[in-house]
Amino acid sequence: MALDTYINVVIGGILTGLVYGLMALGLSIIFGVVRIVNFAHGEMMAVAMYLAVVGSTSFGLDPLLMMIPIAAVLFAFGYVLQAGLINPFINRPEHSQFILLVAVALIIVNLLLIVFGPDAQSVQTSYSLDSFEIGGVIIDATKVYTAAAAVVLSAALFAFFKFSHLGQAIRACADSYTGALVVGLNVKHLYALTFGIGAACVGAAGAMMVLLIDVTPALGPGYTLLAFIIVITGGLGSMPGALLGGVLIGVTEAVAGLLFTPSAKSMFSFALLVIVLLFRPQGILGKAAR
Amino acid sequence: MRKLLLGGIPAHGWWMLALLAAVLFGAPAFVNDYFITVLIVIFYFAYTGQAWNIMMGFAGNLSLGHAIYVGLGAYAAAALYVHYGIGPWVGLLASLVISGIVAAVIGYLAFRFGVGGVYFAILTIAFAEFARIGFDHFTWVNSSSGLFLPVAQYSRNDLWNLRGSPVMFYYVMLVLMFLALAICRMLLRSRLGYYWLAIREDEEAARSLGIDTFRCKMAAVVISGAMTSVAGMFFAFFYNNLFPEQVFHIGRSIEIILGPIIGGIGTLMGPILGAFLLTVFSESVTGALATIGIETPGYKQVFYGLALLLVIVLLPHGVWPPIAKSLRLRETHDGEGEA
Repeated sequence: MALDTYINVVIGGILTGLVYGLMALGLSIIFGVVRIVNFAHGEMMAVAMYLAVVGSTSFGLDPLLMMIPIAAVLFAFGYVLQAGLINPFINRPEHSQFILLVAVALIIVNLLLIVFGPDAQSVQTSYSLDSFEIGGVIIDATKVYTAAAAVVLSAALFAFFKFSHLGQAIRACADSYTGALVVGLNVKHLYALTFGIGAACVGAAGAMMVLLIDVTPALGPGYTLLAFIIVITGGLGSMPGALLGGVLIGVTEAVAGLLFTPSAKSMFSFALLVIVLLFRPQGILGKAAR
Repeated sequence: MRKLLLGGIPAHGWWMLALLAAVLFGAPAFVNDYFITVLIVIFYFAYTGQAWNIMMGFAGNLSLGHAIYVGLGAYAAAALYVHYGIGPWVGLLASLVISGIVAAVIGYLAFRFGVGGVYFAILTIAFAEFARIGFDHFTWVNSSSGLFLPVAQYSRNDLWNLRGSPVMFYYVMLVLMFLALAICRMLLRSRLGYYWLAIREDEEAARSLGIDTFRCKMAAVVISGAMTSVAGMFFAFFYNNLFPEQVFHIGRSIEIILGPIIGGIGTLMGPILGAFLLTVFSESVTGALATIGIETPGYKQVFYGLALLLVIVLLPHGVWPPIAKSLRLRETHDGEGEA
């Protein structure tokens, strides 16, 4: 195969990986602050993708424009989920929390199946077939737009957590639950906000993903797992780690799909996970064992 | 040994257990094929739930990928039978060994640095998914087109080759279920069992008392995985067909854990009661949906999800503990006493 093909595939992998990164960022933020593993993450992304499909087919809206409203819907969903269902589980054992979210995931997948049916659906845009050519390498325009959007959103999120008062308050909750309570922060509200923000990330990522892949109700669990693999690879609780992990997984999948068969590509992501756990269990950018 | 298995059960506990056994062993004479099949499914989930419970309920490690052991056990026994004519009870050895090794690898990766928890749960899913995709491309067992066993002759029961009528499978699974109950009771009352409970409650404290927590957790994972693979062998020979997309699917893993969660994690009767409640619930929902003419897939799973949600919110310890209390069968979470 020509070198061009490889460059092409690797660049495609990086661009897709940035969108994966945004999705995983949501999981990482939720885990980092609320200490809850969102087992319904991929399922929530599927919801966002279906919202984008409905917006596109019924109203002719571009998924990239719908990104913000969809993120807002998912934010509300995440806020309500945390405030209503998960907050009472904060001090419950880990397995209770897992099972709670597995139940939520099960309900979401099957509601999607009932409403939209089992067939794959996709979105067509005017720029579906456009591409850029830079020095002989052809790059999908859609991938460039989505990756750019993912980077902008991630940067905004970094800035929010770094500089805004609210972001600092949320980080205080992450550092110490009791400490945050002592200084008078409304921790339950901040937890709900955090889950909402994490859900908004996955919502925006879903609106982008619908441009890259077809959506089916069964797609959820696979992407939940992918998000975990990305977050663990990059480092649980590290925001840059999530993006880096996303890019690594994106490239791994793309190259594996080229060299072997696309249907086996996720096996290589699992292999990457095992390698990371063997040699650097805290993840590439994660802090050493607590 | 005998004291471990039989000690500490009150007299009325024995009567209830004997009654349950008598009803179940006599049942095939009175009920039709549909109920036989439903009961087989109940025993199957009671067995797998019991095996899963060793890992989660006793030692505190949540596995969300137990389908991998079912699948490996099923494929190992079935492939040996199809390719070399090796009977299931011999093939079972391969199932046990392969599942035990895979369980050990997963446990090693997760426990080596004492991270466990989240990592363990995710690794179990990742391995199950890895196996699903791997078997989809594994030509020796016909990849995604599925592995088929020669269909059983119902005229003659061949226990050695597990070919025969549903009633034969009924008794095999019933015996397996009681066997799992006995094994779990002995494990729970053994030294290892008490170590597990100590680790589950507070791993740091257990380690500071000199318990080798790594080895104990590895033991839980390997025993649980190997035990689950027996159910896989049964699955293969009962249904006569295996598809990677079915046996290794994450939905199978979740089905396995629902029973013990609803019945009561860490209890001995919980997995059995949970499997019974869940299967009866599922059959009633299927029946009810069919009567009102809903055949769309998905509704049943939504009810499953809601049931799981209700139980975990309202009865965090499951259905069995309050029942055990009212029956004066003090099955508590420290594993003392049991019907």
